[in-house]
Amino acid sequence: MLANYGYKDGSGDFFITIDTDKCNGCGKCVAICPARVLGLITDESDPFRDIPVVAVTEEHRRKIKYSCAPCKPTVGRKTLPCIYACQPNAIKHSW
Amino acid sequence: MAKEFWRWKEYNWKSPDKDWKQAKIITAGVDVGSVSSKTAIMADGELYAYSLMRTGSDSPQSARKTIDWAMDGTGLTLDNIHYVVGTGYGRVNIPFSKKAITEIACHARGANYIWGQSVKTVLDMGGQDCKAIKCDDKGKVTAFLMNDKCAAGTGRGMEVFADLLSVPIEEMGNLSLSLDKEPEPVSSTCVVFAKSEALGLLRQGWSKEKVLAAYCSAMAHRVFTLLEKIGVEKDFVITGGISKNTGVVKRLETELKLTALPKPPQYDPQLAGAIGAALFAKALVEKEKR
Ligand code: SF4
Ligand code: SF4
Repeated sequence: MLANYGYKDGSGDFFITIDTDKCNGCGKCVAICPARVLGLITDESDPFRDIPVVAVTEEHRRKIKYSCAPCKPTVGRKTLPCIYACQPNAIKHSW
Repeated sequence: MAKEFWRWKEYNWKSPDKDWKQAKIITAGVDVGSVSSKTAIMADGELYAYSLMRTGSDSPQSARKTIDWAMDGTGLTLDNIHYVVGTGYGRVNIPFSKKAITEIACHARGANYIWGQSVKTVLDMGGQDCKAIKCDDKGKVTAFLMNDKCAAGTGRGMEVFADLLSVPIEEMGNLSLSLDKEPEPVSSTCVVFAKSEALGLLRQGWSKEKVLAAYCSAMAHRVFTLLEKIGVEKDFVITGGISKNTGVVKRLETELKLTALPKPPQYDPQLAGAIGAALFAKALVEKEKR
């Protein structure tokens, strides 16, 4: 399942997409994320899944544009830590 | 007491010809939303009874009330129900439920039951938020997107307007469609700002109908951008309370150039979440048995 978290407002689209079929629940992105935007949860949208899955935490969903800003400088932007940490390539950012 | 224009009809139903005593598995889905609470009781995976009422200030109590009302006159007690799944905004606060599952999963599953396996896109316009969901022919979610930030396309937003304009909530949609010509769009869809904007428009001499039309079309546009992002595939259906507001639905359909499947006569699309939850409950009973 493609789980999209975030919002769209006057300044653009700010979504983090987790491909829950690819996410193996290893938690590496959670450990590396400096802003605690990501967290492991029991997948309440898939009651038959046995392993945890990553999601954007409730408190950051309305403000990820700002939460992620330190990882996204306008110049000299590198691979995002969360994306770098995720071996199965389960994370995407829309901006 | 002042008339409460936002108030909609609460009701319950039970199957006239089914007998729960004949069923092997009885399950219930309880959907405690921010505006309404719903319970669906299913006997062997078929809808047996339900109720729909307003959520009170206390979620556990609202959950209890709605399941009691669904069981009313059936002879059922909680002990007869093998598994209860909770969903909706207040899902973690339902003392008698065994498991909580998101509205996203439950609405997709419920829509699959109500409309059949051709459903690929579900738009849930609930009380507090609005969700676009894609699913497969089994009703399993393949993608979802939520509007986490604003009340456009939500029941809360509509209630604010019903009250502001003194128009009963059930009549808002049709009233907004009674104009010959669509008004120019309002600049804001945010309920907080729209309220003062609407008051300004009324003061300028806009009719209620015109204000409603402008607001419904702004809401529809907001929801459209959400759906556009995830991609709409046929068949498309709308669940949740706002599915009954023709003013928003018609305008959304025009923008999408796609019509939502009509609601089957025997079901209320507001029950999709509760039905989905009850179906998951059945699958979970079967899983435990294995
Ligand atoms: S971009 Fe940075 S702050 Fe945002 S989720 Fe990734 S690691 Fe966390
Ligand atoms: S690093 Fe990738 S696979 Fe591991 S928990 Fe995060 S999203 Fe899932």
